[in-house]
This record gives sequence, C-alpha cells and structure tokens, in this order.
Amino acid sequence: MSWAQSAFPWIGHVVANYNYWIVIVLMMTGFYVLISRGNLIKKLVGLNVFQTSVFLMYITMGKITGGTAPILGSHGEPVPGVLYSNPLPHVLILTAIVVGVATTSVGLALAVRIKEAYGTVEEDEINALDAEADS
Amino acid sequence: MTQHLPVLQVVIPLVLAPLCVLVRHPRAAWALAALGSLCAFGIALDIVSTVLASGPLSYDVGDWAPPWGIEYRIDAVNAWILVIVSLVSTAVVFFARASVEREVEASRVALFYAAYLLCLSGLLGIAATGDVFNVFVFLEISSLSAYALIALGQDRRALAAAFRYLIMGSVGATFIVIGIGLMYATTGTLNMADLADRLPGVWHVRTIKVAYGFLAVGCFLKLALFPLHLWLPNAYTFAPSAVTAFMAATATKVAVYMLLRFFFTIFGAAFSFDVMNLDMVLMPLAVAAIFSMSFVAILQTNVKRLLAYSSVAQIGYMILGISFASVTGLTAAVLHLFNHALMKGALFMALGCVAYRIGSVHIDAMAGLGKRMPATMAAFVVGGLSLVGVPLTVGFVSKWYLILAALERGWWPLAVIVLITSVMALAYVWRVIEAAYFREFPGDRETREAPAALLVPTWALVVLNVYFGIDATRTVGVAERAAEILMGAAP
Amino acid sequence: MTPAAMLVLALLVPVVGTVFVLLLRSRPNAREAASLVSATLLFLIVCGIYRTVSSGAPGGEAVVLAEPIPGITLSLAAEPLGVVFALVASFLWIVTTLYAIGYMRGHGERNQTRFYVFFAYAIASAIGVAFAGNLFTLFVFYEVLSLTTFPLVAHAGSEAAKRAGRIYLGVLFSTSIVFQLLAIAWTYSVAGTLDFRPGGILEGRWTNTAAVPLLLALFVFGIGKAAVMPFHRWLPAAMVAPTPVSALLHAVAVVKAGVFAVLKITVYVFGLDFVRATNASVWLMWAAAATILLASFVALRKDNLKARLAYSTVGQLSYIVLGAMLANSWGIVGGGMHIVMHAFGKITLFFCAGAIMVAAHKTKVSQLNGLGRAMPVTFFAFVLGALCIAGLPPAGGSWSKWFLGLGALEADQAGLLVVLMLSSLMSLAYLMEVPLKGFFGAASTAQPPTQVREAPVCSLVAIVATAVACVALFVYPEPVYRLMAAVVGQ
Repeated sequence: MSWAQSAFPWIGHVVANYNYWIVIVLMMTGFYVLISRGNLIKKLVGLNVFQTSVFLMYITMGKITGGTAPILGSHGEPVPGVLYSNPLPHVLILTAIVVGVATTSVGLALAVRIKEAYGTVEEDEINALDAEADS
Repeated sequence: MTQHLPVLQVVIPLVLAPLCVLVRHPRAAWALAALGSLCAFGIALDIVSTVLASGPLSYDVGDWAPPWGIEYRIDAVNAWILVIVSLVSTAVVFFARASVEREVEASRVALFYAAYLLCLSGLLGIAATGDVFNVFVFLEISSLSAYALIALGQDRRALAAAFRYLIMGSVGATFIVIGIGLMYATTGTLNMADLADRLPGVWHVRTIKVAYGFLAVGCFLKLALFPLHLWLPNAYTFAPSAVTAFMAATATKVAVYMLLRFFFTIFGAAFSFDVMNLDMVLMPLAVAAIFSMSFVAILQTNVKRLLAYSSVAQIGYMILGISFASVTGLTAAVLHLFNHALMKGALFMALGCVAYRIGSVHIDAMAGLGKRMPATMAAFVVGGLSLVGVPLTVGFVSKWYLILAALERGWWPLAVIVLITSVMALAYVWRVIEAAYFREFPGDRETREAPAALLVPTWALVVLNVYFGIDATRTVGVAERAAEILMGAAP
Repeated sequence: MTPAAMLVLALLVPVVGTVFVLLLRSRPNAREAASLVSATLLFLIVCGIYRTVSSGAPGGEAVVLAEPIPGITLSLAAEPLGVVFALVASFLWIVTTLYAIGYMRGHGERNQTRFYVFFAYAIASAIGVAFAGNLFTLFVFYEVLSLTTFPLVAHAGSEAAKRAGRIYLGVLFSTSIVFQLLAIAWTYSVAGTLDFRPGGILEGRWTNTAAVPLLLALFVFGIGKAAVMPFHRWLPAAMVAPTPVSALLHAVAVVKAGVFAVLKITVYVFGLDFVRATNASVWLMWAAAATILLASFVALRKDNLKARLAYSTVGQLSYIVLGAMLANSWGIVGGGMHIVMHAFGKITLFFCAGAIMVAAHKTKVSQLNGLGRAMPVTFFAFVLGALCIAGLPPAGGSWSKWFLGLGALEADQAGLLVVLMLSSLMSLAYLMEVPLKGFFGAASTAQPPTQVREAPVCSLVAIVATAVACVALFVYPEPVYRLMAAVVGQ
C-alpha cells in the first residue's frame, strides 16, 4: 500500500473515511431512485434507502477507534483507562429510525388509498387521470 | 407551575391528541382540540409578555442542565412565532367545527382533531426548543400529521398531493438531519446557544459549509421557496378548508423561523452573509418566486389554488426581507410572518365559508356571491386588500418596511419589484371581487350566508387584519426586537 | 368649536350623512334632503375652518387619528391650499346634489341610493385629501377616493361600464402603487418624516441632488389623478358614469385631488426654492405643456360632448401641474386659483352637457344644431363656462391664466407662454362650437327642437348657480387670491 499512498495520497484519505463513502453511495442511490421512479412504492423504497444512509452516518460518527460501549463502573463512575464510544448519536438516530418507520407507514397508507381511489400507483397514470378530471 | 409554561405549551396538545382518538366522539374531540389551542394561545400570550418584559426564558426539560439536556429557550423571536401559531390555531379550530363536519366523514373527525393537535404540538415544539435535534423531531411530528390532514380532503387528488408532500417533505427533513449531524460531528453539541459559541471557531472547516448547504436546502423545501414549492399548490388546493387555513398561516411560517434560527442565531449573520453569501442565493430566488408565482396566480381559476400560488409569492417577500441582511429587512420579514398569517388565514377561511355553502371555490361558481353571502365576501375583500397591501391593513405595514429596507440598501429596483407585484396581487384579487360583485348569480341555485359558526372566526382574523394595520406599534415593536436579536445587535 | 374638532367633523359629516341616506332609501325625497343637508353642513364647517385659517397662522395643530406605523401618523391639518380645495369641493357638492336630483330622476337611473352613498364617501375622501396632515394620510385618502368612485363609474353595470371601471382602477392603482408609494417611501428614507412643512422636508437631506428630478417625476406621474400624459386614459374612460359624477368627481373632486396633491407636494415636501435650485422640474414643465397641447388636439376631434369635455379636463389639469412645476410664487398662485376657476367652469359645462342629454337625449356635438333656441339658459351658461375655461373676461379663468403666464415669464420660459395662449385659442375653438351650433345651426328636420324644453328645474338652478359663480369669481377673486398668497408666504 505504501507505494500507492505515496503516488496517490488521497487514497489513504478515502480508505480512512470509508464509512462516509458508503453513506454517500447509499444516499445518492436512494435519492436517485426517489427522483427517477414513477412507482409510488419504489419512491418510498428510495426514500428509505436515502434515510438509512443518514442513520449510518450518525452511527459511524459515534465510533471511536478502540472505544467500547459506554458502561459505567459499579459505583456509577467511568472506568479509568477505558475509552468509550459516544452513545449520543446512537440514541439520536434511534429517534430518527422511529420517525423513518412512521414516515414509511404513512406513505404506504397513502399509497394504499391512492390505489383504491385511482386504481394505480404509477405517478404518470395518476397525473393523466388528474389532467382528465381538470379538462 | 408558571416556570413550566414553556414546555406545557407543547405538551398539552401532545397529550390531548391521543385522548381525541380514545373518545372517538366528534364533538368531544373538537372540544379537546379547542382546549389545546386555547391553552397554547393563553400560554403563548403569557410567555411573550414575560419575554418582552424581562428577557429570554430558559427551561431545562427533565431538569437536565444544558448543554447535556434539552433546553427550551424562548426569546422575542420564537415567542412571537408561538403567538402566531397558537392564535391561528385557535381561530381555525373554532372555524373547523362546522367546516370539518361538512368536509370530513363523521368517523374520521376524531382522528382529524388528533392529527390537528399533533400538528399544532409539532409546530409549537419547533418554535420553543433550543436543541437542534429536537427541532427535527418536532418537524417530523408536525409534517407527518400534516400529510394525514391533507389526505383527508374530499377530492382524490388530495391523496396524490399528500403523497407528493410526504416525499418532498421527508427529503427536506432528512437534509436537515444531515446538516445537524455534520454540525454535531464538528462541534460535539446540539444546543443552539452552545453551537453559536463554538461554530465561529470552525468556520473554515468544510464540513460546516456542507452542513450549511444541507440545512439551507432542507429549510427551502419545507418553507416552499421557489423552485422547491412544487408540493404546495396541490396540497393547499385539495386539503380540507380548515387545514388549508391552518397550514397556510402556520406551517411555512415555522419553516421560515427555522431558517432564521439556523442561519442567524446558530451560524450568525456574519457567517451567513460574509462567508456563505446567503443573500446572493436568497435574493434571486425570492424575486423569481414573487414574480413568477404572482403571475401564475393571475391565471388560476380555482380560487384556493390562486391563493396557494400567492402564498408562495408572499413567502418570497419574507425571504427577500431576510436577504437584505439588515435590521430593517429582518423586521419586514418577521412582520410579514405575522401579517401574512393573518391575511391568508382570513382569506382561506372566507373560502371555507364559500365551500361550505356552494361546495366549490371555482371563480365561476363564485359569481354574484357578493349579494348572496355579503359577510363572507366582505371578509374576502378586506383580506384581499390586505394581501395587496392597501394602507390601514397589515399588508401595507409589511410592504412599507420591505420597501424601506430595499431603499436603505440602495437596491431600489427591488422596491420597484415589490410594488409591481403588489399591482399583480391586486389583479388576482380583483378577479375574484369582480366575479363576486359584478357578475349575476346563476338563478337556479339557493344560497344563503354562511353560518355564524364559520363567520365569527373568519371575521375575528379580518378584524385583526385591520386592527394591526391601523395600530402596528406593537407588532412592529416585537418585530424590531426580534430582528435585533437575530442580527446579533441585542441579547 | 376647536379647529381640530372641525377637521374631524368635516370628515365625519358626509359619512354620517350616508347612514341617513341608507335609512331613508325608500323615500326618495327625504333621502335627497339628507344628502342636501349633509352637503350644506359640510360647506358650513369648511367655511368655519376657512375663517380660522385666514385669521390665524397657517398650519396649526395637526389632529392625529391613528399611528399605523411608529412615526407615521394618520393626521389632519388645515392649511390655506387645502382650504381652497375643500371649499370648492364642498360648495359644489351642494350644487351637484341639487343637479343630480333632476338628472337622476329625469334619466331614470337605477340604484340611486347606492349612487348617493358612494358620492358622499367620495366627497369625504376628497376632504381627507384636502386636510391631509402628511404624505401618508394623503396617500390613504387618495386610494380611498379611487375605491369609492369605482362603483360610481361602473354604475350602469353594463359590460362597457365594467371595462371602463377596470381601466379606471387599473391606471389609478398601478400608478399610485408603483410610482407614488415608491416616491413616498423614498422621501421617508431620505427625510425621515412625511410631514408637510413650509419650505419642504427634503432640502439639506440629499448628498446627491441628481436624483431629485426623478423623485419629483415619480410624484407627478404617480399621482395618476392629475392625468399627465401618458397616464390620462382613465379620465375619458370614467365618462361612462352618470353626468353628475363626471361633473363633480371628474371635473372637481377626483382630478383636483390629483393636481392639489401635486401642488401640495411641490410646496410642502420639496419646497419651491429646493425645486428651483435643483432644476428638478424643467422637463416636467414641458411634459405638462405637451399634455396641454395634445389633449386640446384630441378634444378638437371628439364628437361626443362628454369625451370632448374630458380631454379638455386633461389639458386644463396640466395647467395646474405646470403651475406647480414652475416652482415660483406666481405659478403656485395661478395653479391654485385654476383649481377653483376650472372647477366652476368645467362643472358648468358638464351640467349643460347632462341637461342636453336629459332634455334632448343628445350626446354628440354634431347633433346640437338649433337646440340653443329651445334651451337658451343652458346654452348661455355653456358660453360662460367656456369663457372661464378659455381664460377670457368676464369669467374667473382669466385670473388664473394671467398668473400662470406671469409665472412662466418669471421662470424664463417664454415658450410656455406661447403654449398657454395657443391652448386658450384651441379651447375656444372646441368649446364655442357647441353654443354656436346651438344658437345658429340649422335645426334638423327629424326632431323639431321646438318639442325640447329646458332640463328639470333642480338642474337648471344648479347650472345658473355655477355659471353666475364663474362671473362672480372674475369680479371678486380676492379670497382665493389671499389664500394662495398665504401658501407661498406673501
């Protein structure tokens, strides 16, 4: 690896932060699906992937190299010499996950209602039906 | 008891919401919603007077001291937002009793009020909290319930509109979480005051600039800044009348507040304008919004959609005020937050009266209504004139400050734009007035004036439109104070 | 009664009068009596204000009605120029109401109650303009005046009337919002106040006086009611209204509110010395002069009598704007006096046009052959009115033109004197055609004019009253002159 690092110094940077690359790839995948697909269910799938990337970002952010789970000693004091990971981002993202689940369920419920009302979950067909109703 | 008011404001509606689902009975659910709104309004008035008299309030949720715990911090800016939201909510909830009975199935009325209370709680929460992650949580509470409320519209297009709003709204909220995460990664804190202290030290870090970008786009989506407004027209058009009145007067306002909070309190005006050149982003977008949306509004035949486009244009005015990066400009923006809530609330409620009686808000269906529903249409006329910015209405006050702010910076073309678009607003309001007063009522229909249950709340807002237009000393005082706080000129 | 109370009362009387008009709507005689009573009351009150102003110091205490924006009040104050305008408007309201009784009934108009109500609101707004204590108040009442006259313009309710109404509001609102409001905001941001003060509020506040002409132009064109071309289209459009409206509002109250505002702003916002020092008004003089000539040309070519009178008004209004733009004492005195003289002259002409319409059902100049022999009083009054407009003795218009001429010479603009003379000749040409045709034209055979009688008595009384006033103002212009002299501080 050393020759590669000296020839392409950015590679080390990329490898060291690989978690963010995963986040970015996931984020863009989800975002692309969300924008490009006309099927409402697929849009929701895209939205989920998109949100998941953010969950990952938060979770990996709290990790400290060599850190362990933040459990206090028997008297409620930090154990000396032990490196703890940051628990706060994990707790935060638990909330965000719940929000994500709620969003998905509302979205799916709406999709069901749309299917009942329009007979389709394809965006272009829905738009066509609406345009018909307008004219 | 009184020291808990900041949190009770948010908690009362939040607790009442599940009760609505439990009681099931439409009238009982309405009573709970009215109770929640009234409590929130009363508390908001109390808080605003305390804040104006003795400075910002701070409340530690669960007694956890900030920056570890969640802090509710209320200064003149968000006290003002709390008043706007709870005032409109109270007016709308009284309007909703009759209107919702007509427009929503009886079996869903209790659920409607549950969602309404949740939405209210979320909006109040965004305004009250001093913790950025808490902002996101409340944002999602209000948004999710808003999607449900919009989907309760009678037309099936309400469903499609709600879905579209859900997708765009969730993307916006996720962008905001990303921004918050990046800020946290750089500074290690989520408390707003703490962030404001630490961020100047890391201005040069690229992560912060990226966070700024994500927050900006997220806020733009939520506040429907052109061209990210696409979710708004259909959502407002097909939602139940009461929901439209509530959302138009509060949801976008709270999003604007969020923008102000992030970019002025947390990042600071210096960072926003000197480093990020926020004004150069906001101004073109605001001008484009004002011009294009006013023009599109003139072409509409559905009056609700007409007003929805006008809302996007009016949001442009607020953003324009922010882009001046001056105390006067921010005063205009903060004033317009309140004033626009009053006028759009009144206008959408007047339309709700029309929908209640004739079941349509198409401009042709409103022909001759000036004689058949005089009180309703008079309310519409006053609200419309306020929208145009006729003197002695609130609309004039905000336009006046906006123009002064433009001239203060020497950007007179922007003052001209504000004035020209006022004439455009006159054009679209006039189309409705002309239909209502100068066209014959189709003879085959029986139409009476809307019931007092709808008229009283509508006129309450109309009267406020005129009252704060004739005596704006109080509103201007608060707005100036808020603007000074945001610009960092006052604590 | 204190002067302050009188100012508020002057604003309230017409408004309270409408309540009675509405209450008495089922009894036309009582309803019209209510209108007459409130008109007379208003005139008496304005006379009272005139006495305090002419005896005491000009200006006086302002009455603050409200303070919509901190530092900007809605306030009333009496000063000589406003008194001139208010006197004219309130006196002619009495006469016009008298005339309207005959006209509206003779013409069988619908919605007469609505007509009288909005008429009174319009007068109240005109009084508000006259006694406005600052620019903001002036703007507010100016806009209210546009709004309240709209139902009068669209009175007929026909498609044509609605279209005319749209042009009317469209032009007046667009100019006032885009130009006038901008100018007001600009003035505020420069001067920090909107009050009217002798000597103006702008002098010494500018670092760059190059922008002064632009600000003045924004005011002149922004006050669309002054009908300086190219923003004059609303005035001919407004002629679809019933004749009393054209007579009082579109020869007196509305248009005079416009030129009055121009005069007032020139004197009390800019200050004459400041305007002269910055050369702000030179090109506007010529814009006004161009309007005078062009409008006269158009009037010559109009066959419809009311349209001809409307274009004549457009031209005559620019006399007053010209007087203001000359920015010297003679110009202001001449302009102010022309507000009065033109008001009496033009209202006489409109009354005559309406009388001809009611009595003989003729609206075109070319149809008037021989009518003068059947309606001698009307046509003779028309001659007097025409002389007043043209500025010839024995009518009051001679004085205002004389002072305007002096003002033009003092401003070293001899060319403007030529314009004034030329337009006087043209106005004689297009106005005198009417009585000439009436008295000397050969009667048409289709309808022998012998069957035509004079207009209803009420209307005739009004016509005679204004025609006599035209002559009286020639003999005794003293009070008007004194008030105007007080405005320029002599």
